[in-house]
Amino acid sequence: MNARARAEFEILKDASRCIDCGVCEKQCANGVYKKAADGRLLIADEKCVNCQRCVEMCPAGALKVIRNRNTPQSDGNWHLRAVREIYRQAETGGVLLSSMGNPCDMPAYFDRIAVNASQVTNPPIDPLREPMETRVYLGAQNRQITRGRDGKIQPEGKALRLEVPVMFSAMSYGSISYNAHAALARAARELGTYYNTGEGGLHRDFYEYGENTIVQVASGRFGVHKDYLNAGAAIEIKMGQGAKPGIGGHLPGEKTVGDISVTRMIPPGSDAISPAPHHDIYSIEDLRQLVDSLKEATRYQKPIFVKVAAVHNIAAIAGGIARSGADVIVLDGWRGGTGAAPTRIRDNVGIPVELALASVDSRLRAEGIRDRVCLVAGGSIRNSADMVKAIALGADAVYIGTAALIAMGCHVCRSCHSGRCNWGIATQQPELVARLNVDEAVKRLVNLVTAWKHEMEEMMGGMGINAIEALRGNRLMLRGLGLNSRELDILGIMHAGE
Amino acid sequence: MEIYAKGMGYLQLNEAVRACTDNRISIRGCNGQRFIACASSGRQIDVHGVAGNGAGAYMESGVLNVYGNAQDALADTMNGGEVYVFGSCGDAAAYAMRGGEVFVRGDAGYRAGVHMKEYGEHVPALVIGGRAGCFLGEYLAGGIIAVLNLQNSAQALGEEAARGMHGGRIYVRGGINVPLPDCVTARTADKEDMCVLAGYLKKFCAAFGGDAKKLAAEEFTLITPANKASKRLYAGN
Repeated sequence: MNARARAEFEILKDASRCIDCGVCEKQCANGVYKKAADGRLLIADEKCVNCQRCVEMCPAGALKVIRNRNTPQSDGNWHLRAVREIYRQAETGGVLLSSMGNPCDMPAYFDRIAVNASQVTNPPIDPLREPMETRVYLGAQNRQITRGRDGKIQPEGKALRLEVPVMFSAMSYGSISYNAHAALARAARELGTYYNTGEGGLHRDFYEYGENTIVQVASGRFGVHKDYLNAGAAIEIKMGQGAKPGIGGHLPGEKTVGDISVTRMIPPGSDAISPAPHHDIYSIEDLRQLVDSLKEATRYQKPIFVKVAAVHNIAAIAGGIARSGADVIVLDGWRGGTGAAPTRIRDNVGIPVELALASVDSRLRAEGIRDRVCLVAGGSIRNSADMVKAIALGADAVYIGTAALIAMGCHVCRSCHSGRCNWGIATQQPELVARLNVDEAVKRLVNLVTAWKHEMEEMMGGMGINAIEALRGNRLMLRGLGLNSRELDILGIMHAGE
Repeated sequence: MEIYAKGMGYLQLNEAVRACTDNRISIRGCNGQRFIACASSGRQIDVHGVAGNGAGAYMESGVLNVYGNAQDALADTMNGGEVYVFGSCGDAAAYAMRGGEVFVRGDAGYRAGVHMKEYGEHVPALVIGGRAGCFLGEYLAGGIIAVLNLQNSAQALGEEAARGMHGGRIYVRGGINVPLPDCVTARTADKEDMCVLAGYLKKFCAAFGGDAKKLAAEEFTLITPANKASKRLYAGN
């Protein structure tokens, strides 16, 4: 079959504008452009992923990438995507592999939730004039208040202090580049928050950002050793990931090169396989054992996070985790991103984080153990409103991954798994990595989170709330729009107008 | 220094061990306290009794002697040093171990040596004197596992050994009479292979008794990854 005829995108080159500079050819790692022997520019539409690199870099503005106007036949049932995927599998016999979060047109509950504001009887607060508390602590909850001889309250353990309730979620060095990690680390420090190493170890250069780092321990235990565990401010045990619940990780041998192999502590060229299960965890008691052993290894100085994918019995699972001695539970919803996951898993397995978060918060409250743990929600927090709604549904803080990547320059072309990211983020090719300007990326990340903070303060102020403690789990501030009564029950909110 | 562990919980015991400045510590009357020698470095810890779950986890260097049995998760994610267990050990020993050496005189439970891996000079080794339970060396990515079956049990290995193995080597004294997965091949260890093992056998015999040379002269089966051209499972979408 003719690949070009079925290309997803179509490249339009305006010959009257083109100055024949060759930038497009140099910029495209996917090899879309090629100068022929006779000087003509050959364009291979079928290789284009619409990352917009050539369009933005073209000094003459001569390029446009559009959806291919010529498409195979499709209808209301056999969507274009379904047809294309069958072509792909018929050609290769392969399991389809995708990147980033679930793109399917399915309900985003955040979009169906409206936030309250004060009118007449209880005044709104102007965040520009009055103090607003957006600081959050994750970890030791001081379940029992004990005082020392000096009469001061003795902390039960170490807690993380977040100046804003946003952290950068786990993305391993390997799935994203050195420069991307450097930008996340520096931005986290500047913002007074945290970034997460993912399961790829911690590059030596980033140990200096330890106070703003969460180190991850997953089933493969890559790069895990005493110094690593003690380098971060907290440790996250990854049991699951929203994009691929029940599936492990696999960094193919061709990507374990150079510093990646050093940081993961495996020989260059060897497959880095994180099995789906932790082979030493078959029960809550086993999880408790891993939590305890990590606490022992770090002398009880680090809060322990446990990250799970939002799945059907999440409330019961979270109840177990809360009793395992973990300090923070991370819920990763079905929209969560990934560097690579089987398409069918990503698009069909798991549940929306809004429902998971609400049901976990309700269950932990009902069991009287909500105050034993903190809740962090992730899996497609797209803006400050999503964050405010997540906190009102019961989260202490949120994780952002894709939003942070977009801030750094990701154009959401969903081809991280190819390793040819033209924006220098999801790649290990040195000439591509160099394209990501770290200083610029840090600035953009800081801008994003700072803007979100202001927006959150405005929304809180509008509700007459001046501290995040008063927003957390405050579901009276939320109303559903067009949701059925079962959905409203689970979310624990009333319908708009009630 | 000697610590009498009787009646102590693991928190108390490990705090006492950490607080001790001696390089050599003897724990007497140990009765299953967990996480002994967790992330320990540069000291010798002798345990008299039963070491609880997670002994030697994340261990950096030094020596852990267990004069008795060790329970589950022995040497979990261990990074360096030596562990000697004079009895048997429970399940999931040497999980994701990345360096150092573990010698178990008796048997090992289920899932021993799962996902061990090596890097540079860090080559972890797990030597089991008796027999190993099911799922030995699952996902093995590197390092050396040896099952000596010194009691000459009819089956040195349990079922499902070496599932998903893609690196490292597993030595088994005598033949193997359980089915192995397609991802590995088994053959009789040759002289060169035995040179790799000889050092570990010497250490094993030095600790637990026996004639290392005689042992090394016996026939061993070696399991290694089949190194098949990896089939492309995925298609980019």
